[in-house]
Amino acid sequence: MSVDTATVAKIASLARLKVSEAEIAAMVPELNGILAWVEQLGEVDVTGIEPMTAVIENHLRLRDDVIGADPLAGGGIRDAVLANAPAPEHGFFGVPKVIE
Amino acid sequence: MTQLTDLGVAAIRSGVASGEFSALEVAEAFNARVAAAQDALNAFIVTTPEAAIAAAKATDAKRAAGQPLGKMAGVPIGMKDLFATKGVQTTAASHILEGFKPEYESTVSQKLWDAGAGMLGKLNLDQFAMGSSNETSYFGTVNSPWRRNDGSNTAMAPGGSSGGSSAAVAARLAPAATGTDTGGSIRQPAAFTGISGIKPTYGRCSRWGVVAFASSLDQAGPMARDVRDCAIMLEAMAGFDPKDATSLDLAVPEWEANLSGDMKGKKVGIPREYRVDGLDADVAASWDRGIEWLKDAGAEIVEISLPHTKYALPAYYIIAPAEASSNLARYDGVRYGLRDLPEGANLQEMYAATRAAGFGAEVKRRILIGTYVLSAGFYDAYYTQAQKVRTLISHDFKNAFTQCDVILAPTTPTAAFGLGEMVADPLAMYLNDVFAVPASLAGLPAMSVPAGLNREGLPLGLQIVGKPFDEQGVLNAGLAIEARAGFTAKPEQWW
Repeated sequence: MSVDTATVAKIASLARLKVSEAEIAAMVPELNGILAWVEQLGEVDVTGIEPMTAVIENHLRLRDDVIGADPLAGGGIRDAVLANAPAPEHGFFGVPKVIE
Repeated sequence: MTQLTDLGVAAIRSGVASGEFSALEVAEAFNARVAAAQDALNAFIVTTPEAAIAAAKATDAKRAAGQPLGKMAGVPIGMKDLFATKGVQTTAASHILEGFKPEYESTVSQKLWDAGAGMLGKLNLDQFAMGSSNETSYFGTVNSPWRRNDGSNTAMAPGGSSGGSSAAVAARLAPAATGTDTGGSIRQPAAFTGISGIKPTYGRCSRWGVVAFASSLDQAGPMARDVRDCAIMLEAMAGFDPKDATSLDLAVPEWEANLSGDMKGKKVGIPREYRVDGLDADVAASWDRGIEWLKDAGAEIVEISLPHTKYALPAYYIIAPAEASSNLARYDGVRYGLRDLPEGANLQEMYAATRAAGFGAEVKRRILIGTYVLSAGFYDAYYTQAQKVRTLISHDFKNAFTQCDVILAPTTPTAAFGLGEMVADPLAMYLNDVFAVPASLAGLPAMSVPAGLNREGLPLGLQIVGKPFDEQGVLNAGLAIEARAGFTAKPEQWW
């Protein structure tokens, strides 16, 4: 499989990356080179093989159901959460208007 | 007289404990050396001399009060700028996180501070740990302290992604540094700069507070000048963390106390698939010497087969970008980091403009690949197939470990390359991790130790891969090699 300029433009839009036409033109051969190379995985017989889900066997834990057990996740730290926001407003994350 | 900056972790710790010198003297010596090298090597993104001094004073005060000292007491280290450090800029070497000062501390860095280590600064790296040469950093390339012996003064790559870490330790700017390894990012830079580094079993070190690249592969580990120093530092870094869902709920072994270079009764596997056509002659010779050294240490050498080796790298370059494209979706210009809001732009346009301005070329390339292989219609052909191949690679290792205790291979197919020599061809750059990636895909502990110099006077590394949870076996084989390699070469100071 290979990609063309329309496909790269669509992937870039899915990935929320603004790319110029010149950038797309440069990316098409680069991505096709990489995709042609990974194509060789198709040769591998994977009949009856499960896809990897956990590389080292482990069990999923549930945390104790206690509010605020982890002080970093328990709330009440609004200012710390907003400290690195580029445009906080009135104690919220500010974004451009989304409703006309 | 030995300078304090020539000392490693163990020597500093014991010198501070015995009162031969103070932790403050050590911190001041390294701070001065860091500052003097910064313009030439660019190993650090920010330096934090005051943090190193504060930690040293705390250690000295503890010692004066007769309180017990931690495993890393009095040892100043470099922190890869992928670990969140409270109040200290954490960028992953990206523009999008420039100025980001976390409100929290990563588990691994906190453990190191708790063990008495101090921070010299945040080390440069490939942007979001994506790269093998440190050339994708937004904050400029790191220069390796090493140079070829041909008098050309070509600037050499320190490896990547932990290139600031490798350069700093090799140049004696820090006795040790943290690294992270997703597909070789501890081992390859360690090999390129003549130092040691170990990636433990996946889950040994908490990923909490480490900027995520590919979560099923990312694993932190120490980079230092010898095996013992790695063992000491890994003990301080490892341990169960309820805040990381994939953290291993296991006690931390006493790796340092159990170090032994005696390989009697141990079997060392030599994977025939790693002896690829056209393998660099110096690398092949160094591998052969490594085999002889382990035999000399009492090990039995057995040939093994890892039949899916050639598929590891292509599988990695589907899985890692897929995970990265998902992990990096969080950088949107809303909650932290850069925001690019063109005049009149709506929310979607702001996302796209922010990410275009904030990510470098290699990061964008991987996000696009990852988005493509996960997109509807292609998911099974690429991502599911790659995850099945990953299972087969893991099976290969499982089978091999029925015949041997550890595996010995070169760390990299060549010694360090010059800066700029590989950037034009992303695929050629990716191939540099061909020997490192299989152990990453299988989550296995693996380390690189220095094994000698090539014909150009550049370091070569040997890699030891172990069974899951058997960091001890890996460290011990590393120690056996270290004792016989007698690697004392260090870069001549030109900076």
